[in-house]
Amino acid sequence: MNVSQPSPQGTGETGATSEFLVEARGIVKRFGDFTANDHVDLAIRPGEIHALLGENGAGKSTLVKMIYGSLQPTEGRFFWHGEPVTIADPGTARRLGIGMVFQHFSLFEALSVTENIALALTGDHDMKALGERIARVSRDYGLPLEPRATVADLSVGERQRIEIVRCLLQEPRLLIMDEPTAVLTPQEADQLFLTLERLASEGCAVLYISHRLEEVKRLCHASTILRHGKVVARVDPSLETAASLARLMVGAEIHSIRPKQPRTGGPTRLYCDNLDLAANGPFAVALAAVTLEVRAGEILAIAGVAGNGQSELFDALSGERRVDRPGAVVIEGTPCGHLGVTARRALGAAFVPEERLGHGAVPAFRLSENVILTRDTLVSDAMRRIAGFLDFRRAGKTAARVAQTFDVRKGKPDPEARSLSGGNLQKFVVGRELDRKPLVLVVNQPTWGVDAGAAALIRQALVDLAGEGAGVLMISQDLDEIFEIAHRIAVISRGHLSPGYDAHVMSLEKIGLLMGGAHGGPAHVDEAVKLREHDGHAP
Amino acid sequence: MNFDLHALEAVLLTIVTASTPLLLAGLGELVTERAGVLNLGVEGMMVMGAVAGFAVALTTGSPELGIIAAALAGAALAVPFGVLTLNLVANQVATGLALTLLGLGLSGLIGERFVGQPGVRLPHLHIPGLSDIPFFGPLIFGQDLLVYLSLALAAVVSHVVFRTRLGLVLRAVGDNHASAHALGYSVIGVRWGAVLFGGALSGLGGGYLSLAYTPQWVENMTAGRGWIALALVVFSSWLPGRLVAGAYLFGAVTILGFFVQGLGIGVPSQLLSSLPYVVTIVALVVISRRRGAARADTPACLGQSFVPDR
Repeated sequence: MNVSQPSPQGTGETGATSEFLVEARGIVKRFGDFTANDHVDLAIRPGEIHALLGENGAGKSTLVKMIYGSLQPTEGRFFWHGEPVTIADPGTARRLGIGMVFQHFSLFEALSVTENIALALTGDHDMKALGERIARVSRDYGLPLEPRATVADLSVGERQRIEIVRCLLQEPRLLIMDEPTAVLTPQEADQLFLTLERLASEGCAVLYISHRLEEVKRLCHASTILRHGKVVARVDPSLETAASLARLMVGAEIHSIRPKQPRTGGPTRLYCDNLDLAANGPFAVALAAVTLEVRAGEILAIAGVAGNGQSELFDALSGERRVDRPGAVVIEGTPCGHLGVTARRALGAAFVPEERLGHGAVPAFRLSENVILTRDTLVSDAMRRIAGFLDFRRAGKTAARVAQTFDVRKGKPDPEARSLSGGNLQKFVVGRELDRKPLVLVVNQPTWGVDAGAAALIRQALVDLAGEGAGVLMISQDLDEIFEIAHRIAVISRGHLSPGYDAHVMSLEKIGLLMGGAHGGPAHVDEAVKLREHDGHAP
Repeated sequence: MNFDLHALEAVLLTIVTASTPLLLAGLGELVTERAGVLNLGVEGMMVMGAVAGFAVALTTGSPELGIIAAALAGAALAVPFGVLTLNLVANQVATGLALTLLGLGLSGLIGERFVGQPGVRLPHLHIPGLSDIPFFGPLIFGQDLLVYLSLALAAVVSHVVFRTRLGLVLRAVGDNHASAHALGYSVIGVRWGAVLFGGALSGLGGGYLSLAYTPQWVENMTAGRGWIALALVVFSSWLPGRLVAGAYLFGAVTILGFFVQGLGIGVPSQLLSSLPYVVTIVALVVISRRRGAARADTPACLGQSFVPDR
């Protein structure tokens, strides 16, 4: 539990230094005045799945980037099999036997699977032979891949398989995985765990970064916990609870969310009737006959693996993309499929897009200026009629109020949006919309990349908003979040939206099936669930 | 009948000479853009190649040396572009435009004393027997060296880009420079190579104008061909084979326009001179539409600067 000396999971073996596959000793990384890693020690044995835990900005990514050679430490050394090494660049790391699966994929969309993998291998390869090898290895590890497919056409789960197979072909000694399950269905994640356990049993070490503490508990043999760039604990995660791990990461108790109020059959706030939307690019998804209803007082969550039409649905609901048929989208009883964003806001709707910087907020604008962008009521009517002057004082007050309510931490009173960290900006963008007391809130990935404390704050705000009688539509890939606060859950898959099921009749299994493309309509899915239950799978 | 055949042969020969400079410059720019660099300075590099080729050929008497000088001059003008955009991360569009203005001005200055001087013409190939075959002989076996070189280069570029590891890395750098860097490839190095290759071929295209197309030096003699080459690269979806078709189509319609004018048909000359642009754009748009929207050929990082984080 407590900070111990660098002898992870102290099993008493204190013999040769080569007991560890890789060691980091006293690693310091500074970016200007900011210390991202402060004398970090980390040691991983061969065959060990080692979790690296910490909040956003705790320095996890910085540390693994140094191990992978894409960043250089300011101080400190790395040791490989006990020998000091300088990992000057990713090429050096790969030659040592370090492979990395990135959080944001490092694939080339326009190239084929084989080409993507060939780029990561040294030397010249016969493409045909390599393709056959990829097909064989990927089948062998239960990660099937079509070597000739173009990456742009593949799902996120398939893309991750490419990254993993790419690492496997290099026969790595250490595999670094940065939040690998964030984009996977539960079934895909299970398959990944099997693969990792097999790799570990073959002697490959895995450094595993994840925010999902339950899976860390299940999978990992050891863990190192970072807070503000320092190692605060080394624990065996299987002996901890998710709550105790979270406490170590945050350094304080995370307040639990007040129970959501039961869903009441209030008036319909948002209604979508057979909404069709054509794909607007080669890699976009078309929406097909999406029907949904959000009533007052409820949170409807839309689950799904990224890239299945979530952003298209958000655009259609917010009015960024309009449809010809006004009745396709109805906000507060007003058909508005043909109306733009501002007109829909005037009906009482508010929208929080997934991408906060550049979409939810203008990076170079101050917070107060960003407040003005999503509201027109900030201008007193008489003045607006004359010349459309802006009331900056009122905007400043609103920004300050939002910052205070949502605990937005900032360096100066009214900073530019881009100077805020991701989590703080997300709190601000959500808070800005909630401050308007909307009747309908459509929010895409409300807590994406936000640490546990801030996520709890945002989820609480959504629950409270619904409690006050608004209708909330939440698009999220975080199933824990969905089960925590949603009243009803629908699943989007390749542009098709399932009906909304009551949260208490939904199971991870069922969501997984719906995500994985059980497209045959709800009856089909229920049947599939029943079949699997027959086979002895608990729902 | 015999006369008509001669006329047709003359027309076809001119079409080849009108198309070759576009093909050369276009191939260079295609490689540059495949690496993710948008160099709008093609016009400037071409005109530098034209003046350097002309000057060296005139002073040494050797058109072959002129060709080499043209390529070197184009590559030399690409050097400041590379330093500014790749090493100093300047905006590629602005730098490219400035490069065109620089090339036009500099070539005018250098070429001042060559205006009006008779040039040295690049000799045509002559294979006894083969080149003397009526009609086909001069067309297939009697062109100058650069015509064959340009077509061979198109084949080589196509092979290298799509069939070799070098080409794979080139496309990777243009598709996602951050990933290419993460995999350990030198993004800046690959782009430097592509920029210099693009400059050399643009220079060659310019040199062809002053050594083969019209062997003389006139200020601003590229007359917008650099911009045509740029447009051809985009409309050909960055595919060398289609670039050849586009360049020859453009050349053909240009020459046919002259021919029609010569016949005295009552079409306004402005309309005829705009025809090649319209035809080429329409044709290439139609071709690229047919391939379906599933594959986007545009290098995803085109025009974006790369700064590795350290």
